[in-house]
Amino acid sequence: MSGEEKGGAAEERTPNEPEAASPADPETAPEPPRADAPGDPGADSGSRSRTVLREILESSTLVVIMAIVASLAIGGLLIVFADEDVREAATYFFSRPADTFQAMGDALGGAYSAMFSGAVLNFNANDFSGVIKPFTQTLTQATPLIFAGLGLGIGFRAGLFNIGAQGQLLIGATLGAYVGFAWHLPWGIHLLVAIVGCALGGAIWGFIPGFLKARTGAHEVIVTIMLNYIALNLVAWLLTLDAFQREGSDNPITPIVDETAQYPLLLGSDFNLHWGFVLALACAAGVWWLMERSTLGFEFRAVGANPHAARTAGMNVTKAYILVMVIAGALAGLAGSAPVLGTEKVLTTATAGSLGFDAITVALLGRSRPLGTVMAAILFGGLRASGPTLQVQAGLPVDIVFVIQALIVLFIAAPPLVRSIFRLPAPAHEKEVAA
Amino acid sequence: MSTTAVETSSAAAGAEAPRTKSWKSTIGLGVVALLSLLFFGFGTPTGVQTTFTIARSSDFIELPSVTVPSRAAAVGLSIVALLLVAWVAYRANQYRKVGIWLPIVFGMAIMGALLTWAGADRSTTTIQLTGLLTSALFLAVPLVFGSLAGTLCERSGIINIAIEGQLLAGAFLAALVASAVGNAYVGLIAAPIAGALVGWLLAVFSTRYWVNQIVVGVVLNLLVLGLTSFFFSTVMSDNPNLNQPLNMPDIAIPVLSSIPVIGPVLFDQNLLVYIMYAVVVIIQIMLFRSRWGLRMRSVGEHPKAADTVGIKVNRTRVRNTVLGGAIAGLGGAFFTVASGLAFGKDMSAGKGYIALAAMILGRWSPKGALAAALLFGFADALQQQLGVIGSPIPSQFLLMLPYLATIFAVAGLVGHSRPPAAEGIPYKK
Amino acid sequence: MKLELRKITKKFGDFTANDQIDLVVESGTVHALLGENGAGKSTLMNVLFGLYDADGGEILLDDETRVFAGPGDAMAAGIGMVHQHFMLVPVFTVAENVMLGHEQVRGPAKLLDLEAAREKVREISDRFGFHVDPDAMVEDLSVGAQQRVEIIKALSRDARVLILDEPTAVLTPQETDELLEIVGQLRDSGTAVVLITHKLREVKAIADTITVIRRGKVVGTAEPTASQEELASLMVGRDVSMTVDKDDATPGEPMLRVENLTVIDEDTRIKLLDGVSFEVRGGEILAVAGVQGNGQTELAEAILGVVDAVEGSVTLDGTELMGRSIRDNLDAGIGFVPEDRTEDGVVASFTVANNLILDLYDREPYSKRGAIDPGVVSRNAEEQVEKFDVRTTSTEALTGSLSGGNQQKVVLARELARDLKLLIASQPTRGLDVGSIEFVHKRIIEERDKGVAVVIVSSELDEVYALADRIAVMYHGRIVDIVSPDTDRDTMGLMMAGAHGDEEEAA
Repeated sequence: MSGEEKGGAAEERTPNEPEAASPADPETAPEPPRADAPGDPGADSGSRSRTVLREILESSTLVVIMAIVASLAIGGLLIVFADEDVREAATYFFSRPADTFQAMGDALGGAYSAMFSGAVLNFNANDFSGVIKPFTQTLTQATPLIFAGLGLGIGFRAGLFNIGAQGQLLIGATLGAYVGFAWHLPWGIHLLVAIVGCALGGAIWGFIPGFLKARTGAHEVIVTIMLNYIALNLVAWLLTLDAFQREGSDNPITPIVDETAQYPLLLGSDFNLHWGFVLALACAAGVWWLMERSTLGFEFRAVGANPHAARTAGMNVTKAYILVMVIAGALAGLAGSAPVLGTEKVLTTATAGSLGFDAITVALLGRSRPLGTVMAAILFGGLRASGPTLQVQAGLPVDIVFVIQALIVLFIAAPPLVRSIFRLPAPAHEKEVAA
Repeated sequence: MSTTAVETSSAAAGAEAPRTKSWKSTIGLGVVALLSLLFFGFGTPTGVQTTFTIARSSDFIELPSVTVPSRAAAVGLSIVALLLVAWVAYRANQYRKVGIWLPIVFGMAIMGALLTWAGADRSTTTIQLTGLLTSALFLAVPLVFGSLAGTLCERSGIINIAIEGQLLAGAFLAALVASAVGNAYVGLIAAPIAGALVGWLLAVFSTRYWVNQIVVGVVLNLLVLGLTSFFFSTVMSDNPNLNQPLNMPDIAIPVLSSIPVIGPVLFDQNLLVYIMYAVVVIIQIMLFRSRWGLRMRSVGEHPKAADTVGIKVNRTRVRNTVLGGAIAGLGGAFFTVASGLAFGKDMSAGKGYIALAAMILGRWSPKGALAAALLFGFADALQQQLGVIGSPIPSQFLLMLPYLATIFAVAGLVGHSRPPAAEGIPYKK
Repeated sequence: MKLELRKITKKFGDFTANDQIDLVVESGTVHALLGENGAGKSTLMNVLFGLYDADGGEILLDDETRVFAGPGDAMAAGIGMVHQHFMLVPVFTVAENVMLGHEQVRGPAKLLDLEAAREKVREISDRFGFHVDPDAMVEDLSVGAQQRVEIIKALSRDARVLILDEPTAVLTPQETDELLEIVGQLRDSGTAVVLITHKLREVKAIADTITVIRRGKVVGTAEPTASQEELASLMVGRDVSMTVDKDDATPGEPMLRVENLTVIDEDTRIKLLDGVSFEVRGGEILAVAGVQGNGQTELAEAILGVVDAVEGSVTLDGTELMGRSIRDNLDAGIGFVPEDRTEDGVVASFTVANNLILDLYDREPYSKRGAIDPGVVSRNAEEQVEKFDVRTTSTEALTGSLSGGNQQKVVLARELARDLKLLIASQPTRGLDVGSIEFVHKRIIEERDKGVAVVIVSSELDEVYALADRIAVMYHGRIVDIVSPDTDRDTMGLMMAGAHGDEEEAA
């Protein structure tokens, strides 16, 4: 791993520099800018001559959609392969091929319909609320992903590889949960303080790698990964202390968070969707404002895109790194508020689950932009929400969801790969969303 | 920054200029040593003893248990650690670095102090040293393989975060194939294939599509986790005969295994461990003394230079990453066929990241990685043993040790650590 | 072996680096390829070595046409190259570097035959009196020693044509003499040597034939008996000098004072800037001339604070700049146009509008209380784009899609948008077309006429003559002399090329 050695002035040499591991955008390198072509026609006159169809075919949105399609297809293959009936029918494929195809169809149909009714709409339900419940579940699951994905996105755009959302989330959840069950404040204030606690916990856990990077040049990837595991063990230990355990019990589970510290439900008690979702959307708007309109965000983006030019223009690169990690950590901590103040209302070692890593996939799919992150979070939230239904209705383990998720991100990361699979044309030059 | 340097009027290029002395290591290690002295040394009550049992009934000579006065021993070991810190300070003052051995020996001294302190004044239980060492080696196996894999990949220029996934994939396929065939040893053949596959994906995405290697690594880990868990819950649970707990028995090497203390530890293990010895030695030799190793390292340090002498940079990288993946996959067999367990979800439980840590601590050399992996394995075994005898330190803190050590390492607190110069940068012509 | 290049042409996009170049090198001779920076010498050699594919022309060895797919082919054919930027792996030993790519192995395990490699190194080393230790780590060696390792590397592959690309750029005078001796020995042993350089003294000392290249074309051949003045004038050319319409300067008070400024390279510990002192008054342009790599870049960067100086002081209008942050120095009234605009000047993926406020974004009126006002930013962008005639499809276009000239205009517009006391511009018109060059020059003169102290760093003599009120020539990290623009080109060329300076040093 690239650990910077140059002490205090933790300036990254360009990759290889060991600038290696922090490009601004963790995607494929965009086509080199055509800096020395005089009389470059530029985007406008080009699109005049291009047909709309061409534009669609070249767009990165299409790549995203096709990546999802490809991943679902491969997921489908796995489902089919794993299905007991299909394999049974396959043993006598040559005598009765129809059986195999029938079984395949059943398996796929069952899986996709389970996904749909688990994540979107359940037409088998008795009443209206039952029908839309799956979608509300999707949004509920998306909430922590939005928070953490936003945080990671800021990091990526500033050129930092923060893999530590898992740990930041956990520490944030811990602090927030503690405020929630150990302090007893009046309604309104309690929730607020608990939320702040979550953000604070995450911010502290994010500060550590930021500080180490600024002072010692330690590579944030390694530090954040290590801190994830340290956080896990730390919380595991905390849960053995009386202060964190329930009265009269030795189980590593905290008391239930006070009602005054829980997120109120958004749609009434039939649904699990809580106000944390609204807060998440608000944060998305806030992050948008931060990155696109604020001076701080301008700095972050400049540092991420070209730290040399940023430095020559007078920006303090190391300070920016620390701030970015603190903010990213705070957002990840807020993600921790979703389980402890929203859905579960307790803290256990399993609270973070796989949220931290899912958030990475959300940020990557969302291209580190707030709107994209929200949409990606909803997509992946939907996949997660469909888990129980997949299990019950189609007998499939929830892991297939993770496989599809990972595949989507792999495909997204390599647009040329998707293009070559679907024979899409490559664009004349890759258009980046203007900073 | 211009690389065309300009000469001075003085003959040699030795203009006197202020250099920075790096005190980071001294401070970092010094703090740890002081804490050890305070808590383990002076924290041990006087007048009590710790007993270390080292004999086994099958030894040549039955060595008696060693009993030491706890406080003196703990203090003594802490002082050893402090002396090491003094050495670090001395070298720092001369602008020189310290060898890889230092953090390892330091770690051992601190852990020895910890052990002495934890085992003080226990009349009924002793510290089973041999057992501890045997466990340490055993638990270090996936770490050794993983860190070797990481070393190969990174030395040729590809950052390999996917060690975790490679271990898991290896564990999975080993269990599957071994159960299907009914023979644990066959699992050893299948495991590397799984790891190589993951390595190949890493290599292709890194060299062909220039995707950020860290991202690929993280995503591959997720993918492998998802795939193996999926197949575990579907195919394997439908067909339990495909997931049996098979075991490779320990093979005691005659004569060697009866040497007191180290005999049973080193020479009474299963085949995977013996393969591990061979792999470490082979890679250590080949990396630094073979043509393959030379070319690989050149590609990782200065790919342009390698290119100008006709070495195919990307091809070398791909091949070595696949090989690295295979080695990690083999290490994954540890979890299933070498432990006598059936495959379970997420069996590798983060060991891949500890292996990454061991590689960094070991400064990208097989010897160093081995030493660091053993150190971490020892910490793991320690944590288990202390859990058995009941110790004042919560096990969770012991489990944190490898991660803390790694943070220390990358922050430069345990000496100068320099990764291969060109790692992580895709080579584009 | 006789080497011939016939009508070699190489283009990069619209830029022609080599234009129908002919070159003949007989075995046992030293052929010098003389030219300024950017003349196309290195490109030509990269074509020969197989690193680039030529767009036209052919390469002949012993009168046989050859095609090289890569360096491997070239090396196999007997061509060796010592690159300007060494192709040595720093953490390998000399022997390992020399053997890389054609290693000898021994034993059943096919391990490296290090002893044979060491032998080879020693053998070649002794043959030429190199004194290189095969087991030394390359990164510990002096620059001169590293170069010898590169030569050994080439010779170990039985190179019969040896190309040396700017070999003395990084050597001390003593090392240079040693190298020239080695070149002589190589020639005497039958090797054909191509020496790429811009240093006249060496060319005269060792070359048998001289070919002069300028702007991608061969402008003449010469004998080593030609005078330095003749060679210099061929090299820098008698172009119609760029004339810029300008009034005489009316300099005011001293604005910038640099005293004993010293910058040291961390790794090699060589003084990149050696006790430089000078003064610039408000309303005058000081042009720092010299061949690239003699400390000019470091000078500009040290004044702003981009690199740290170990010694010396820099005062701007009385305020000490040393040790302050870049931000503070910019705020003190410095405008900085960096030498490498893509790396240090603009953020390619930012819009033109955003690059125009790269060091202004957190001041009024562009932002208030932490929030950027997009309306103000875009109005400013429209104004600047118009004022500076930046050719772009829109102010929201990505800066990376602009041509080099237009990118430079963006940088200039940004820096000149503030009230300046000092303008530092490093290679302000590098890579620009004629129209843009004219524009940039005009704006620089305008700044001067406002009373700003201007420091221009340029390796283009034409530009120096056009803009300067005073010229400081730098060589080896020091200022050789500060002269007036009345100084004739030949003298200037000699100062820049080290002739003048070397005489002083040899004394």
